[in-house]
Amino acid sequence: MTADARELGQTETLRHSAVLGLGHHRASRVVPNSEIVDAIDSSDEWIQQRSGIIERRWATPEETVQMMSVSAAREALEDAGIQPGQLDCVIVATVSHLMQTPSVATAVAHELGSTAAAFDISAACAGFCHGIALASDLVRAGSATHVLVVGVERLSDITDPTDRGTAFIFADGAGAAVVGPSDVAGIGPVVWGSDGEQYDLIRQREDWRDVVASPSPRMPHLVMQGREVFRWAAFTMAKIADETLARTGITTEDLDVFVPHQANMRITDAMVRAMKLPDHVTVARDIAHQGNASAASVPLALRQLVLDGEAHSGDLALLIAFGAGLSYAAQVIRVP
Amino acid sequence: MATTEEIRSELAEIVNEVTGIPVDDVQLDKSFTDDLDVDSLSMVEVVVAAEEKFSVRIPDDAVKDLKTVGDAVSYIEKAQAAA
Repeated sequence: MTADARELGQTETLRHSAVLGLGHHRASRVVPNSEIVDAIDSSDEWIQQRSGIIERRWATPEETVQMMSVSAAREALEDAGIQPGQLDCVIVATVSHLMQTPSVATAVAHELGSTAAAFDISAACAGFCHGIALASDLVRAGSATHVLVVGVERLSDITDPTDRGTAFIFADGAGAAVVGPSDVAGIGPVVWGSDGEQYDLIRQREDWRDVVASPSPRMPHLVMQGREVFRWAAFTMAKIADETLARTGITTEDLDVFVPHQANMRITDAMVRAMKLPDHVTVARDIAHQGNASAASVPLALRQLVLDGEAHSGDLALLIAFGAGLSYAAQVIRVP
Repeated sequence: MATTEEIRSELAEIVNEVTGIPVDDVQLDKSFTDDLDVDSLSMVEVVVAAEEKFSVRIPDDAVKDLKTVGDAVSYIEKAQAAA
């Protein structure tokens, strides 16, 4: 592009970004395996062996996508020491806000007392890490000073309780992070991508128009081809995790915390093996008592490690999230 | 070209790494599910590790026919011979 006399004003040169605070909202209903086994002709032992899930969290009617988002966001803002009025952008990652439009992000911003730019992103289980990547670049380039990123799901609304492949996996909750400027780099480069050839592996069963046209309409639940997803998640994603460390300029020896999307404990175990993670790295295993809360899983797990004293301020944490699309995103952050 | 025993031995090490089953238990006549208690997710892990180790491709469609250790070893032998 050639220059002419009409120069466009630009923001200042690049600055560093960091996660300044974290928050979470665990859906309050604790659902043990015993409550769901009859509908899928299964057992507590089978579910634990296949997924590591002992119990999961499901939302009450009051715990809407918006309510859980605001709850997690307030905790993150307080943790960061940031007022809602200081936010310039609110990004909500979700696939279970069942209103097509407007985005839930504008309602979340309003309830917090913010008129910041606000929009939802749809990257399924990978949504939170996509949001962190966007927020980091918005801050670095000067489009925003403080960005709120929320990952939130009410997957219990779109889970078929009789589907043996998914009924015991999915869960509800919200996690949030405030991203802002920093003197040192607090968010490393994102490694992200998609594999649309495997578009069918995890998806909504049918189009809403087909639901409406059906003589006996029912919720278009999530469906998943577990074995194929396992293969992709455990092995292809372990390679992406390694690539993320390399792009960040660190090795597994430098890493303190590993927070993979809490898809299935078996996937986490396989990734840890494939990456040959050293024993000193703390591995998030939040799924055991939370289930798989898709876009909320990474911030829920990270926040819990901080609250439990297993992750500390300044620790280097590798976040990697992956899911329907297929889509994935990963980055190393400094724990706030 | 690796011998049947070499492939079995290396496959046994993979099964051991994934599941903790002693390598000596992983014999040709053993069924992955009935004798060794390798479930379908562990089987995916074994297959992917075997693909890398032996430089072969074992598609998901083929995995369901690999009932015994011997089935897997002969599949790997044939795949290597075809490569």
